[in-house]
Amino acid sequence: MISSKQFTSGLATFAGAWTLARREIRDQMRDWRILTPIILLTLFFPLLMNFTARQAVDFVERYGAPVIGDRLIPFLLMVVGFFPISISLVIALESFAGERERLSLEPLLATPLSDSQLYIGKLIASMVPPLSAAYLGIVVYLTGLYFRIGWTPTVSLLLQVVALTTVQALVMVSGAVVISSQTTSVRAANLLASFIIIPVAQLIIGESLIMFWGRYYILWWIVLAQSLIAIVLIRIGLRLFNREELLGNELDVFDVRWVGRTFWNAFKGGAGSIGDWYRGVLGRSLRSIRIPIGITFSLLVLGFFAGFRYASVFTLPPELFEWQASRDEFAEALRRFGMLSAAGWVKIFLINLRAVGIATLLGLFTLGVLGEILLMAPIAIIGYLAGNIYLAGQDPLLLLSGLVAPHGILEIPAALLAGGAILQLGMAAISLPKGSSLGEGWIKAAAEWVRIMLGLVIPLLVAAAALEVFVTPRIALWVLSGS
Amino acid sequence: MIITRDLTKRFGDFTAVNRVNIKVKAGEILAILGPNGAGKTTTIRMLASILKPTSGQVVVSGYDSVSHSQEIRRLTGLLTEHHGLYTRMKAHDYLRFFGQSYGMGADQIRARAEMLLERYGLGEAVDLRLGQYSKGMRQKLALVRALLHDPSVLLLDEPTSAMDPSSAHLVRNSIDDLRRSDRAIIVCTHNLFEAEALADWIAIIRRGEIIAMDSTDQLKRRLLGNPVMELRVASALDGVLDLMPEGVRTLASGVNWIRYEVEDPGRINPIVIRTMIEAGIPIVTLAEVERSLEDLYLRVVENGRGEVVR
Repeated sequence: MISSKQFTSGLATFAGAWTLARREIRDQMRDWRILTPIILLTLFFPLLMNFTARQAVDFVERYGAPVIGDRLIPFLLMVVGFFPISISLVIALESFAGERERLSLEPLLATPLSDSQLYIGKLIASMVPPLSAAYLGIVVYLTGLYFRIGWTPTVSLLLQVVALTTVQALVMVSGAVVISSQTTSVRAANLLASFIIIPVAQLIIGESLIMFWGRYYILWWIVLAQSLIAIVLIRIGLRLFNREELLGNELDVFDVRWVGRTFWNAFKGGAGSIGDWYRGVLGRSLRSIRIPIGITFSLLVLGFFAGFRYASVFTLPPELFEWQASRDEFAEALRRFGMLSAAGWVKIFLINLRAVGIATLLGLFTLGVLGEILLMAPIAIIGYLAGNIYLAGQDPLLLLSGLVAPHGILEIPAALLAGGAILQLGMAAISLPKGSSLGEGWIKAAAEWVRIMLGLVIPLLVAAAALEVFVTPRIALWVLSGS
Repeated sequence: MIITRDLTKRFGDFTAVNRVNIKVKAGEILAILGPNGAGKTTTIRMLASILKPTSGQVVVSGYDSVSHSQEIRRLTGLLTEHHGLYTRMKAHDYLRFFGQSYGMGADQIRARAEMLLERYGLGEAVDLRLGQYSKGMRQKLALVRALLHDPSVLLLDEPTSAMDPSSAHLVRNSIDDLRRSDRAIIVCTHNLFEAEALADWIAIIRRGEIIAMDSTDQLKRRLLGNPVMELRVASALDGVLDLMPEGVRTLASGVNWIRYEVEDPGRINPIVIRTMIEAGIPIVTLAEVERSLEDLYLRVVENGRGEVVR
């Protein structure tokens, strides 16, 4: 529950933010470079889409494919909403970087407006005009369609498109304001905008496919996911917002020596020897990632049981699990893969290392989420196979004890540690100490990641690969053949 | 009203401001002088609670700049080095925005804005977009912005740098008025005449450190030596030099003039005059030789260290 004090404080924050937003919105309304595209996209573009929809419907009906027209009209509705909000990205990228370039930032920072009021004010100012244009465009498009072909959307579809348009604008703007507050020029902000444009473009393609496929309910999940992303981005923005750095000139400067020094100091953690480092520093790192490790472990359990459950949905033929019959093929496959040889050891280790590397890269851009999913996918597959073995009337423990446990005893802890470190690294941007810069926070999180990898994960993976190549195959053959 | 204690600001390895201690009471003006990059603007930004000190403390009207930054910003009027106006706006819109940011009511903003705009000669420019303003007009509007919420503390970075002489004179007079109405004022300037004319205290900052601080007269005395007097007479000074009283150190002389240094002119000069009269030498003029703040500034900045008194 929100207390009355929190409510009053929230209102006061909004009032200050609105003061700033109102000024900016008025200012935008005086800028023809913003007004012209907004007017065109609000009035001309929806009418063009009306015309397109009419032509498309007429064309496809001639060939007896009205479903294409049925799907095209909602898709164009989404496009009509999206195009005006693309302007919000430009406005938001310019928000702080532009003020800095025009040297108008300092008087603004000297006002009693709080950091959150400044940030939220910029956010609102970047969203309101393009979003209003988008809603108006939707109204124009729908009105035109109604009069041309008598089409009206369902309430659900209309709500979906309005919600999608709104959260997309919020995601783009919150991301762009973060970028703008972390760069010293509009040019630099524009260069970094590809971090927003590319994912949003992919998202629009995905949404289009979903709409043409007619699976509109999935759009609600997209709305939910984007809302969560927007919340995370706003939190990042508020966390990173720093009056001091906004006035600095060093945000864009890549100082290799500083990066190296910051990384090395964080990596070394003040240890005087390797022994100190292992005992003290690595111990500290482990303690600092105990929550991410806990989350990873929960995902592991969840993944296994989800896989196990899906075995009943997508069941494999039971004959696949007649081990006696396939023993020779299995042994041959193991030999082909290089099992029981040093080459196989290296190969397995490199595969695992590559998986951790890819998971880290994916985790970096997804707050650790995709990294976790990638690392836990094999566990879900193991659960799925165990479920199928169970359904085939055999004991799933055979699989677990013969194929997983011998090397899993080291590989699973390595995966848990790697997952925890990746989650920590991915979340670095939203869990920075207040006042820390993004760069500094990331370098320290990267140092922690390297520490866990070098100190624990890689040694565990080397040993796990040895077990997997030299021990697991023998036990597997012995256990599965029952000999 | 404004107190700093060992105020220090570092950007990475670079120390922009190092252990600065200043104290400005209500009704006083401190002028901060220093070469470009000396740390003046960084100091001002810390005083305005825009930058946080790396160490040390700023206290403005009893508020600490870190724990009560919003209160300090509310009490402070800051004229920034760059005016940074919103060029598509008009003066009243612009001032309304800043007034609202400071929590002022609409009527109060209108009344203050109209009064200040008239006072600084901008009353006839209110219908122009700020982008159409001249450089001096922009600076005056920026000053109006800084004064709009009637702040008790004023931090002015180069307040007259872009103004014509009459506007600069107007602004200097108004700063003087503000001092008389009990504001604590800090002025950063390269204009030494302005500093001398306005300031009760002068601080010279170099490489982030205050290397000299005192009243203008005291600084001159400490750093340039005792006052120098020049006596001009109507006839030749032959033999008169020997009659000069104790405490006079002759620096130079000509046929009918003498320049001397004296520690206490109020006591010694009447004796000199009496001596001349008794010797029957008609005096034409006796005046202090003007020593500018510029001499002082150059000496302190070039030598590196003066004397911090406050």
